Formats: sequence, C-alpha cells, structure tokens
Amino acid sequence: MCVILNPGIMSSIQDNGRMGYRAFGMPVSGVMDRYASTMANILAGNACGAAVVEMTLRGGRFSFPHEAYVAICGADMQARLNGKKVRNWSGFYVPAGSELAFGFALTGCRGYLAISGGILVPQVMGSRSTYLRAGIGGYHGRALQAGDVLEIARVAGLSFRSNELAHSAVPTYGNDLRLRVILGPQDDLFTEGAVATFLNSDYTVSARNDRMGYLLEGEILTHKVGPDIVSDALCPGAIQVPGSGMPIVMMADCQTTGGYAKIATVIGPDLAMLAQAKAGDRVSFVACRDADAVAARISELELYQIASSAHAAKNAQFRLMSKGIEHGID
Amino acid sequence: MYQVRMLKAGEQGLVVEFGDAIEPGVNALVHRLAKILMLGMPEHILEVVPTYRSLMVYFDPLTISRDELQQKIAESLARLGTTTAEDTVRIITIPVAYGGDFGPDLEFVASHNNLRPSEVIALHTSVPYLIYMLGFTPGFPYLGGMSERIAAPRLTTPRVRIPAGSVGIAGKQTGIYPIESPGGWQLIGRTPLTIFNPSGPTPFLFAAGDYLQFAAIDAEEFSTIKDQVASTSYVPSVRHATRAEA
Repeated sequence: MCVILNPGIMSSIQDNGRMGYRAFGMPVSGVMDRYASTMANILAGNACGAAVVEMTLRGGRFSFPHEAYVAICGADMQARLNGKKVRNWSGFYVPAGSELAFGFALTGCRGYLAISGGILVPQVMGSRSTYLRAGIGGYHGRALQAGDVLEIARVAGLSFRSNELAHSAVPTYGNDLRLRVILGPQDDLFTEGAVATFLNSDYTVSARNDRMGYLLEGEILTHKVGPDIVSDALCPGAIQVPGSGMPIVMMADCQTTGGYAKIATVIGPDLAMLAQAKAGDRVSFVACRDADAVAARISELELYQIASSAHAAKNAQFRLMSKGIEHGID
Repeated sequence: MYQVRMLKAGEQGLVVEFGDAIEPGVNALVHRLAKILMLGMPEHILEVVPTYRSLMVYFDPLTISRDELQQKIAESLARLGTTTAEDTVRIITIPVAYGGDFGPDLEFVASHNNLRPSEVIALHTSVPYLIYMLGFTPGFPYLGGMSERIAAPRLTTPRVRIPAGSVGIAGKQTGIYPIESPGGWQLIGRTPLTIFNPSGPTPFLFAAGDYLQFAAIDAEEFSTIKDQVASTSYVPSVRHATRAEA
C-alpha cells in the first residue's frame, strides 16, 4: 500500500499505453518517457510495462505503511527517504512506516516511481494508464490527489540491497536537445525553404507543453498552399504545423487523428528525451533514415537487457544470501 | 480515380493514401485494405487506423522492414478491386430525442434553413450516414451524407460541457458526442444509448465503416431506453446490408 500525502504538481498512473483502440479514436496514453519508466521497473524487479507513478516538474510525498521496494528514474527530483537523500536511477528498500518525498526537478521534467509488484489499479481496455481528458483508467481516471491510496501487489522476500543503474545507461538531460526525425508524411506540403528551416534552426519549448503535445516556438514554417489536410491518423512523435507555422510535437495523450499537415515524426527512442524537456529548453531536428531509428530502438532494448541481467544477478545473490541465513550458514 | 501513395509516419508508421477525396467508395477501399492486412499479417502489424481516404498501418520495424511491408501492401492493393457496392456493411439504429432540453439548437437550425423543426428531424433521419472514421474523442464518429438543407454554422462561443450522447450539426457535418466534452456544434437532439463504455466487453457501439441510421423518439421512449441501457437489457438494432443498399 502507498498513500499519497501530496501529489506534486501533476502525477498520474501510467503504463506502456492502451494499444489496439486507435481505430476507435482512443489515444494510447501511457508513460511519456518510456526509457526512464522501463528502467524504473527493471530496477524494481517488475515487468517492463508495469504501472508506475509519473510525476511532473515537482514530485509528490508518499507514505508506505508496509515495507516495499521502489525504484526512481527520470528527472532528478531530489528524492529523500525519511529525510535522507536517495540516489536517482536506483532501486532501494523502503521500511514499513517510511515517507518518500520528492522536490522540484533539478534536471529533466518527469520523474518515475516504480514499486515492486506493480501498482494495482484496475485495467481499463487492457491498460492501467490514465487518459486524463476522458477520465479513463489509472486512479479513477484522474491525476493523483492527497489521500489517495494505491494498492501494491505483495512481493515475497523483498531485497534489502540498493540497486543502481550503470552510469553509462543514465541519460543526461541538457537544455539543448537534438531529436532525430523521419520526414513525412506531409513534408511535400511545405515549401523547400520550410523543410530546410525546420532542419537547420533552433526551436524553443513553449509554456504550452503537456501530455498531449509540445508547442515549439521559432522560425515560421511555411506551407505551399495551407495547413489543412483531409484529417488523417496521428501518432505520438508526429510534428503538426498549423497556420501559425509553429511546430507541435504530439505526445502520449495526443488525439488519434488530426487535420494539420505533418512535416516529420520524431523517432520513438528520441521522444523520451523530449518528454524530459521544459519550457525554455531548445530543440533542433536532424533527419534520419528508418535504419537509424531501428538501430536506436535496438540499442535501447540492449540497455534494458543489460540492466535486467545485472538486476537478476544481484537478486540471485540476495536470494542465495537470504537462503544462507535461513539455513544458519551465515 | 485516385492514386495510391505510401508515406512515412515515423519508423513504426506507414500511411497508405488513396488520393484526397472524401468519398464513400474511396473510404470503402480503406476499410477493405484494413481487413486484408489485419487478417493477412497480424504478426507484423500492431494496429491499423482507417481515416477518410487513407489507412495508417502501425507495424513492428524489428520484425519487418518498411520495404518488405510496402511490397506486401502493394500485393494486397492489387487484389483490392475497385467496386465496393456489394460489400456487406452494418447499419446501426441510433434512437434520438430531438429538440427541447435534448437539442437546444434545433429551433436555430430550423430557422437558419427556413424549415420547421419537424422538417429538420425528417431530413436528419431520412438516410443512414457513413462513419468515415472515428477520432477527436474516443468513439466520436465523422459522418458523411447529411443533407445540406440542414447545415448550420458552429456556435460562436463553444459550450463548456456537452452531455454524452448529444447529436449535433457543424457546417455540413453531423455527429454524436460519445463522452461529456466541450464543443461548438449546434445540438439538435440526444441519444439514450451509451456510445462509449470503457468497462464493457465491447467498449464502442460502432466502428469506422459502419452506417448510423438516426430514428426519432419522444421523451418517454428516451427514459425507457435509458433504463434498459442502464440494466444492460437494451439490444441495439443492427441490420446488415450491401453498401449499395445503405
């Protein structure tokens, strides 16, 4: 069990998203930063797509009446367990009666809290993700509030050992992002100059950024004729350009269809980096090929594999140790 | 005639675009291709999203390359045919209570078109409408086929809260709000049916490619059906027909 003492600015339950209903207009939702949330689950010994708490800009305060094992990844929200600093990108034991508190994000924008066993909100249409706009899934379809109680699946034999992610697997959240994109589907509806401008100038993350999309500000992107198309499908990562000429990068909660021309799509592995960007951060785009995107995805999966193996090895060691204690060897 | 193009939508997305026209025949081909691909290669395709004149194919680039997928889609396109009149479609009856509190803008739509409210209702229920696609909110149908004689502009100030089931008109389009949401459509009625039930075994009452036939009911029937829906004893009226008949 985990009690929300303070939810922070905006915290919600998310998993890897609600797949299979986009033809019905149902957005995917799910975690904004797949990399950080997956690593949190690995460090907590969970399945990669277990439900986690996603916190935004300032994290919450959580009380644990029973012992637990948790992992924190993503934005560095200066976490403290019972007043003592705990390391980001690590998993650790939480004794019964503990309080885990997060502050403002020093780096990044979204912090993830995974709890061993996973958070047991009901599945809605195959997912525990919260789709805030329609009030579906997660914790009663809404952002977390003080007093909410999250049920956690019981795990036998929690580890007492802290478990830190290898330094090489920890991303750096700077204020200058370079995101790889695949041009299209409607790059041909923009002037040649606009595509060049898009790839060669810096954009700034505006204050209008949320789980639906990131509105960027910078050089105007000009359409050949106009911004409107016959509405077609829209996916997270798609970069829509309305009449203002300012690009909007679609994120996890984006609508499934849209009526503005899309100049390019941010590749999946790089979208996690944008999810950690805040208003004022700078973004530039570089065109890549399918093969580059697939290679990036394979590298991402390899990092999960390495982290999982390291975690399994540590856990096996722990099991051996606890077995030793049981048998009076130690 | 249309020209087919395959476009890139990120490393996981491929758009098959059948030209630019909003036209039932083109949309029928989109749905036909969706079926062929989902049945033919479920191991590579994660999801397909049919829209007015294009099909989004979300695929797993770790198991199939874009080139291979394009090749397979090209083969499917060759088998697609051009006549869709004999395809079987579902026509779902949507009972609607028109006017009054259910449709506060019915009078406006009538006077805007120099019609009586009863004539607006008669025109609105005169033909089944094709669901070209679903989008905007979960389950929101983009319908085609409404008579231009009942077209009406959007509200200048959108309403903050529109009840689920509201039936509206915006320009030459008509639609239903599946969930309570803000919106600027002229509201002419409301259905007692639940369009979107996330906890139900089939969360959505209808799919893209189906047809909706609106049928006028009175306030008493509205509350009777509403009760039946609440106790899950209501069975929506669905009939099958060829596309030509619809």
